[in-house]
Amino acid sequence: MASITTENKRIHPHKFTMWVAMGSIVMMFAGLTSAYLVRRSLGNWQEFSLPLVFWYSTVAIVASSVTMHLAVKSFKARERVRYRQMITATTLLGLAFAVLQAFGFYQLHLQGVTLIKGSNPAASFLVIITGLHALHVIGGVVALLIIFFRAYQSKVKNYSVIPVEIVSTYWHFVDALWIYLFIFFGLTH
Amino acid sequence: MSTEAVLHANVGTAGAQDVHHAHDAHHGDHHHHESFISKYVFSMDHKMIAKQFLITGMVWAVLGGLMSVLFRLQLGYPDSTFPILEDLLGKWAKGGRISAEAYYALVTTHGTVLVFFVLTAGLSGTFSNFLIPLQVGARDMASPFMNMLSYWFFFTASVIMLSSIFVETGPFSGGWTAYPPLSALGDASPGSKTGMDLWLVSMALFVVSSLLGGLNYIATVLNMRTKGMSMTRLPLTIWAFFFTAVLGVLSFPVLFSGFILLIFDRHFGTSFYLSDIFVASTQQALPNEGGSAILYQHLFWFLGHPEVYIILLPAMGMASEILSTNARKPIFGYMAMVASLFAIAVLAFLVWAHHMFVTGLNPFLGSIFVLLTLLIAIPSAIKVFNWLTTLWRGNIRFTPGMLFAIGFVSLFISGGLTGIFLGNSALDIHLHDTYFVIAHFHIVMGVASMFGMFAGVYHWYPKMYGRYMNNTLAYIHFWVTLVGAYLIFWPMHYQGLAGMPRRYYDYSVWESFKHFTELNRFISTVAMVVFAVQFLFLINFFYSIWKGRKVTTQNPWGATTLEWTTPINPGHGNWPGEIPEVHRWAYDYGKDGVEYIPQTQKIGENESAHH
Repeated sequence: MASITTENKRIHPHKFTMWVAMGSIVMMFAGLTSAYLVRRSLGNWQEFSLPLVFWYSTVAIVASSVTMHLAVKSFKARERVRYRQMITATTLLGLAFAVLQAFGFYQLHLQGVTLIKGSNPAASFLVIITGLHALHVIGGVVALLIIFFRAYQSKVKNYSVIPVEIVSTYWHFVDALWIYLFIFFGLTH
Repeated sequence: MSTEAVLHANVGTAGAQDVHHAHDAHHGDHHHHESFISKYVFSMDHKMIAKQFLITGMVWAVLGGLMSVLFRLQLGYPDSTFPILEDLLGKWAKGGRISAEAYYALVTTHGTVLVFFVLTAGLSGTFSNFLIPLQVGARDMASPFMNMLSYWFFFTASVIMLSSIFVETGPFSGGWTAYPPLSALGDASPGSKTGMDLWLVSMALFVVSSLLGGLNYIATVLNMRTKGMSMTRLPLTIWAFFFTAVLGVLSFPVLFSGFILLIFDRHFGTSFYLSDIFVASTQQALPNEGGSAILYQHLFWFLGHPEVYIILLPAMGMASEILSTNARKPIFGYMAMVASLFAIAVLAFLVWAHHMFVTGLNPFLGSIFVLLTLLIAIPSAIKVFNWLTTLWRGNIRFTPGMLFAIGFVSLFISGGLTGIFLGNSALDIHLHDTYFVIAHFHIVMGVASMFGMFAGVYHWYPKMYGRYMNNTLAYIHFWVTLVGAYLIFWPMHYQGLAGMPRRYYDYSVWESFKHFTELNRFISTVAMVVFAVQFLFLINFFYSIWKGRKVTTQNPWGATTLEWTTPINPGHGNWPGEIPEVHRWAYDYGKDGVEYIPQTQKIGENESAHH
């Protein structure tokens, strides 16, 4: 049985794949934020302050990380009702985050900042980087919905924690990614 | 000898086999019914996916090669007309002469297709898929489903790229690097319209395909190795595929970022790459301000340079394995080989600006990139030294695979040396955008990697199809291709040194390059011969699938690695019983007077382990 026990000590291949994929996503955002810095240093850069709503969306996504953490905990403890509640809360907070981000851009638009067509790169970079991040959050929401509906399938009693943990890792990752982006934009605006 | 050794190894693991039998019978040898669709089309078996990548790559290689023949026809015979071209290409070759637009479209598509579809998907897609599970001792990839998706994303990308050739305004024609503003403005050229949109969609799908594949390769190598297969016992092929995948996973997303910004510039009126532009065809001044076309070049080459190694490393890994197997000698300096692969992978990310020496880059910054670029000569030289010392006094068997592997080393040396010229920013002032560059990268990256691919196909064909390819055809294929490749690209160095720029439609109108007329004609003629000889390979490949001589022994090359411990035609799951355990490194050739010892054989009592 030696080989089986050694295999179990290793990280699950799917989990590991998620980590490599996150490395890949990091490179995409690293590429974009360095492009932002390079372009900013060339001048002709419009100055405007970040929308206040971004603070609220930050609170929402941090809170969702907490509920995600509690969801994994209750899944492991096999408390299904609490698990469902926490997954629902995470999903709603994730959606709220995306809506708040969109609202932030609406605010900018009201302030007279051109966002896409004919915009200054300062604004269009903000839209694209934030938008791409929001898409990643929405991808996470889809994954949450999948494991959420799985939890309601009473026929299948699947206690494998792996998919839940993978989604949770990803969720914390997009949270951390936003905090990085928020600090990055805060420092460069 | 070979069967004896295998038998011996089986006896060694027999005890362990019983313990695992109940567990493994479950997913070892699959006997469930497979339909045509699930076996040959939407297959999740890594071996079938590998063949799908290979054959799709071959289709693209023929198309891409044909394109080069067409534009070489223009370069070699600028004053002649070929009525058949008008029949074939219609308005793109009015009067039997390829039009300037068609010429640029052919050059662009040739580059894109060869770099990405043939030498990335066709090379690492094929052999990473085929060899990683077989050589690390896994039943399949970490995620067979993602692996299947990876192929079908590539297939969709292929269909879209192919369709771009048939749109009314033609395929994209601004060069495979797709620099803005040609790629960002639909009005810039006919190819910049629909052709460019299709190019972008196709490439975006291709990036997704590469990422899905790369994630799988990395996870499989790190997580799915069989018992006893420590990282330092991995064959060099696997190390090379591993670093290739790491390069791809870290660099393709950056290209993707660049593409996103490009799409917004094209369609949504942003100004990331555009500034102060007046379009001649529409007589319009564009409102875009403040963008920087150089920014795109940074994002592009941050992928673009690692991409060179994504193409080259698999060829290096396969050449190492094939050279050692057929020289009947252990690879010289195994750890040095791994370390140099690692060094190349790291340096790959730090040299991208040597593609941009003449873009107005700060000369001080340029000198740093010169230093980092020239540093690559060190790991490259280590590899060449180790290949040559592996061959040195070996008991060489000149199989077709071996010949192509030796050819790879030859081409890598020839092309690598000219890289030292081009890596110098001062010399680059003269040499950039000349035929010298064309000669350099075609030899070191294009033809060399192509040779790695041929070596891999000839060497692993018995494992892929359970049959051999015809040797006579293979030898003709090798010699004509090797001599032809040198005859095509060697003279281009002189043209480049004489200042002949690349990317021109017709050189006959330039007084300074008049004396190259004959040489250009010669190069074009050889190119056609070499292209024709590739059909010998194709005929050999497809004929042998059904009619080739059957493989009768499990381990026809007398190799040590795990893929030769599988049945001659392995099913889904690779090993019918227990996955064999590994007891030694992959290069015990000629040890203690024994010709070769498979990795599955235990270290003998009086034997010293390599590691």
